[in-house]
Amino acid sequence: MSDLLKVTIDGKSIEVAPGTTILQAARQIGDKYPPAMCYYTPLKNTGGKCRVCLVKVSQTSEANPRPIPKLVASCLTKVENGMVVENESSAEVLEARKGVVEFLLINHPLDCPICDQAGECDLQNLSYEHGTETTRYEEGRREFNKIDIGPHIQLHMTRCILCYRCVYAADQLTNSRVHGVLNRGDVSEISTYIQNSIDNDFSGNIIDVCPVGALTDKTYRFKQRVWFSKPYNAHRNCTKCSGKTVLWMKDENIIRVTARKNKFGEVEEFICNECRFDHRSKTDWVIEGVRDMGDDSVISANKYELPVVSPAVLVDSKFVSE
Amino acid sequence: MAIIKLTSRIKVMERKPMSFMERIYLPAVFKGMAITLSHLFKKKTTISYPEQKRPMSDVFRGLHILKRDENGAERCTACGLCALACPAEAITMTAAERKAGEQLLYREEKYAAVYEINMLRCIFCGLCEEACPKAAIFLQNDVMAPPSFERGDFIYGKDRLVEPFPQI
Repeated sequence: MSDLLKVTIDGKSIEVAPGTTILQAARQIGDKYPPAMCYYTPLKNTGGKCRVCLVKVSQTSEANPRPIPKLVASCLTKVENGMVVENESSAEVLEARKGVVEFLLINHPLDCPICDQAGECDLQNLSYEHGTETTRYEEGRREFNKIDIGPHIQLHMTRCILCYRCVYAADQLTNSRVHGVLNRGDVSEISTYIQNSIDNDFSGNIIDVCPVGALTDKTYRFKQRVWFSKPYNAHRNCTKCSGKTVLWMKDENIIRVTARKNKFGEVEEFICNECRFDHRSKTDWVIEGVRDMGDDSVISANKYELPVVSPAVLVDSKFVSE
Repeated sequence: MAIIKLTSRIKVMERKPMSFMERIYLPAVFKGMAITLSHLFKKKTTISYPEQKRPMSDVFRGLHILKRDENGAERCTACGLCALACPAEAITMTAAERKAGEQLLYREEKYAAVYEINMLRCIFCGLCEEACPKAAIFLQNDVMAPPSFERGDFIYGKDRLVEPFPQI
């Protein structure tokens, strides 16, 4: 195929369709892809704000072998044929990312022991992989007046990194957005205009898209640490959404319901508020089985049960003798 | 019936009848008593524990304590890292939100409403102490978990774990 573009990222080549961004190409290779705090595939126009996905382009294209002088945001830059990209193989990229993480954490309160997002937080993972161990920042951090944005969603403005994901989610999923970013620069904050509460059918999804603990589930507040609850795939017949969710159980109680996320931390199908907040009885749901969170997730820690293997798989596999 | 020899080192025991001195048993009894008596005058290797105590190392890991900060507020914020680090899964906790006016009782917005350590499960490895981000839990170097006849006594709740209020 001649209309496919060949791109080399960290020495690995892949052919992708025109219009693909460097980040998407790197995710298709699937080895080491740049982190993303603001870019979110299911939401349009996201990306370009957090700058953690910076990569070095050492050859712009086959026709133009010069490098791009500055690091580019991989979530917005489209690939060109013959492009050569350095992600983690470039010391310059790692150094820049370290700086970006430091800036993201300047105003972050680092209250992970209290935060409900701890254990599934993108910023935690990012600073663990790319940040420094200690902080050099000594000045006071941002403070905000607490604003109640409704009965279901808890806003912690101090933790926000202003990625705008929730604003795009509310714009694109609900019919009337009542929250947004107020003010500018250092004092900008996510808020509802004149203390409106958020009660759209799909407003709960802003909890899932938030990469940090700025927007958390009020019904789950301080109930349990994420890694002590156990995720199950489940579904129910819902008239408003697909009804496919993850139930977070502690013992026999459903303590939280979230949408299913893929390995890039992006929601597969957005769910409605009724599924998310109103159905906390096991009889409301058809439980499909334990959700595999991957070996490197803290959520998998201390859970010893063997994987459930369906008999049909066993019959097909070579382990069963004739 | 032929004897099958498994080894060349077989010793055949002679079963002789006991002699007169052996039959009265008394010399053997006195020999044993003499050994017992001689131990009375040797240096003892044990101590009588509750009254006497051996010196303990500075790095001894004994009974846990949940510390308070300089204002007397509980440091623990129920983050669950100690329970995650615990290899014996001895620690359980339930978190609660601090209400207005409890700032002097609890240091952070969230606190442990229930905090239990099962001392029968605990192996006193000190990993909880290492995991704690708030410097709340420590293993004391001079206190051990006392013995008991009841299993329930070994589940230590906050009433026995939290450091008592500083005496003024």
